[in-house]
Amino acid sequence: MQRTDAVPQPATLPGLNRETIVNGMVVAALLALPLWAFSVGEDYYVNLASLITIFAIAGVGLNFAIGQGGMVSFGHAAFFGIGGYTTGVAAFHSFEETLFIAAPLAVSGTNQMLLIWVVAMALCGIAALAIGAISLRTEGVYFIMITLAFAQMIYYFAISWPAYGGEDGLSIYLRNQLPVMNADHPFTFFSVCFVLLLGVIFISAHLSGSRFGAALGAARMNETRLATSGINPFPVKLTGFVISAMITGLAGALFAELNGFVGPSMLSWHRSGEIMVFVILGGVGRLYGPVVGAALFVLLETYIGEWTEHWQLLLGFALLGVVLFARGGVVGLIAGKPRHD
Amino acid sequence: MLLKVNELEAHYGAAQALFGVNLCIGEGEMVALLGRNGMGKSTTINAVCQMVTPSNGTIEFCGQVLNGLPSHRAARLGLGLVPEGRRCFPNLSVLENLTAAARKGEWTSERVYKLFPRLQERKHQRANTLSGGEQQMLAISRALMTNPKLLILDEATEGLAPVVRGEIWQAIATLKNAGLSILIVDKTLKELLPLADQAVILEKGETVWAGPPDTLTEEIKDRYLGL
Repeated sequence: MQRTDAVPQPATLPGLNRETIVNGMVVAALLALPLWAFSVGEDYYVNLASLITIFAIAGVGLNFAIGQGGMVSFGHAAFFGIGGYTTGVAAFHSFEETLFIAAPLAVSGTNQMLLIWVVAMALCGIAALAIGAISLRTEGVYFIMITLAFAQMIYYFAISWPAYGGEDGLSIYLRNQLPVMNADHPFTFFSVCFVLLLGVIFISAHLSGSRFGAALGAARMNETRLATSGINPFPVKLTGFVISAMITGLAGALFAELNGFVGPSMLSWHRSGEIMVFVILGGVGRLYGPVVGAALFVLLETYIGEWTEHWQLLLGFALLGVVLFARGGVVGLIAGKPRHD
Repeated sequence: MLLKVNELEAHYGAAQALFGVNLCIGEGEMVALLGRNGMGKSTTINAVCQMVTPSNGTIEFCGQVLNGLPSHRAARLGLGLVPEGRRCFPNLSVLENLTAAARKGEWTSERVYKLFPRLQERKHQRANTLSGGEQQMLAISRALMTNPKLLILDEATEGLAPVVRGEIWQAIATLKNAGLSILIVDKTLKELLPLADQAVILEKGETVWAGPPDTLTEEIKDRYLGL
């Protein structure tokens, strides 16, 4: 017999399924923590929330590549670092009042965040175009390895570039500026990061629901089948990879602002692994998964790390639990299987 | 002539699968590709769609030689393949399956829903939660959404319940009457032959008979189709 019955739909308000409710609560919690901290004057917690938000942005970027396009990149630290170094180098030249590129081009540094973000994302886009053009010719474990290799190349390049601190990194003495508002204020900076996070989640959701997103999802499942529909899978995947890199690059630029420092550690493979942990812990392909993943990671590091340096052991168990028992990550565990409307 | 396959040969590694397939499809024609299992029907279709590289012979579509084109380019010229085994994108919704493949033309999701009203009811459901018949409807619809000049159906009714099979044949008849050119492989000759304008029989990777279905004698059916 053919099964023609519809999948039972949970009885909730239209457009308000369990995942939407969970997502709403996550956003509310992320906003509530710094609001409370700001009201009692605890800047430390505001900055903690900013860190979660920035990591979440990086995760949203990688999640787009993995969840939507099936491209398991183990080299996203490259883009995180490029974003960070863009901030660092621009601020360095602006502070020292020197030129980044000598005359006749005469490119100077800048302390304008908006401009830095645009440049950071553009540079990440270009880097991803080059890395993706080569890496996307491979699949599976080879893709993982080749993205890792590219990230390591950039890492060693940063280490061997003494003009920008080499192994010691580069300090950003004054936070860069935003028009109208005072970006130096912790809560203002958090708000900017928070709005950017909502922005990239919106873009990611919008793209996933578009024809491009459907084609990217189709490429993840079966490239040949997509090709027989008249769509070349390669440029679709490359575009997805570039978008993913640009989002992660934006997070890198913000991370450098938050810390007032950039170093090669932003580019290291540990960082690539951490971004991947945000995605897996939260739930691969779940829109707000990286937010939950980043929050858990930062909170574990902060609170468990306070009384034992082996906090990563606990993280390891958490990851093991997710991989073995909750393939949809923490969001999947709470909100159930993904719905398609 | 819409599609002209001339002395087509193809290999899987060292093994030769096609030894000289000849096939012609005119505008608005429906051609049935017949033959027993393993005689090269699916290989011929895969070679036409450039998923198997032909080792000899030519494939001309709309006056353009397809040999050596990447499969997405061949598809873009107007080949709409419904692969064997009702293959949809399992984790995409019905609507996403349709929009991923869509190209401009008269076939839109609305028109597809008119052909298969059940898909409209299920448009937000994931493809892997559909019944077998619905998945086949979706696979056909996905091919139609590319607005093909030639629809290629490989075993479109295989393994479906009789009622659903009837619905699919109804849809194929509707498409044919609307003037769509169709190349079809199917085992249910009872439904297939009255619809087809031409039949081509393959035996061991070679075209051994071609002509209108009503000229198919019992002797030929017995010799090549085992009926």
